[in-house]
Amino acid sequence: MTKRIIFAAVSILLVIAGAYAAFFIAPNERSMGVVQRIFYFHVGSAWAGMDAFLLCFIANLLYVWKRQQKYDSIGVASAEVGLVLTTVVLITGPIWAKPAWGIYWTWDARLTSTFVLWLLYISYLLLRSLIEEPERRALLSSLFGIFAFIDVPLVFFSIRWWRTQHPSPVIMGGPGSGLDPTMNKVFFFNVLVMHVFALFLIVERYILEKTKNEVDILQREAEAQ
Amino acid sequence: MKNLDSVFAAYLIGWGVFFAFYLSIAKRTSDLRTEVERLKNSLPRAK
Repeated sequence: MTKRIIFAAVSILLVIAGAYAAFFIAPNERSMGVVQRIFYFHVGSAWAGMDAFLLCFIANLLYVWKRQQKYDSIGVASAEVGLVLTTVVLITGPIWAKPAWGIYWTWDARLTSTFVLWLLYISYLLLRSLIEEPERRALLSSLFGIFAFIDVPLVFFSIRWWRTQHPSPVIMGGPGSGLDPTMNKVFFFNVLVMHVFALFLIVERYILEKTKNEVDILQREAEAQ
Repeated sequence: MKNLDSVFAAYLIGWGVFFAFYLSIAKRTSDLRTEVERLKNSLPRAK
């Protein structure tokens, strides 16, 4: 319990420091002005979300291979957290897009593939809610999770493969790309903050899943008596 | 400071979503812990 409180406190402090850096340390971007500060939160959430889905994918593979309950619990915990992070990406993106592009939404490669990703992981959670038998639920959702992950590299590379409305990458984007050095530091600090915060949520959600499994076992014991 | 309202909206809504999600996890965990205690009390063997 003490470790969880320390982890929560560290996460909250980092979140405050990340927001402070984004608002007060990062310089104003020349063409977009103050609205570009959404970038630190938007992209930080997007990267943490994709890494949560990567964790879900690894857990799904391990469940199919080893059939251990803990991998199913890690899978569902990281899928749910990844979905919440992607929801935030899909909310903050249009808020930024309206003043920057003049429109909230367009069906370009990055936006559409991110929306599809969001739908895939909603389907993953819906599938789990439809299957009662725990082992069958874990196996089928793991197989679906492995399939759903195919969209993650598609989202990541969409702005490299196709030139549409969404800006081309400023990080690891090749010649001519890149950020001002202070912006770069603030950006990577916010990426770290969002990863720590995502990990905190995954741990909390994993504890919830373990408690749920404990209830299932006790209920079966009660029914057997 | 043009579009500062959009920046605040993005951060407030975003953190609102995270906070609501955390509260839902805490509430569900707390309810399940109560259920675990109830079931353990109804199963003397499991104590």
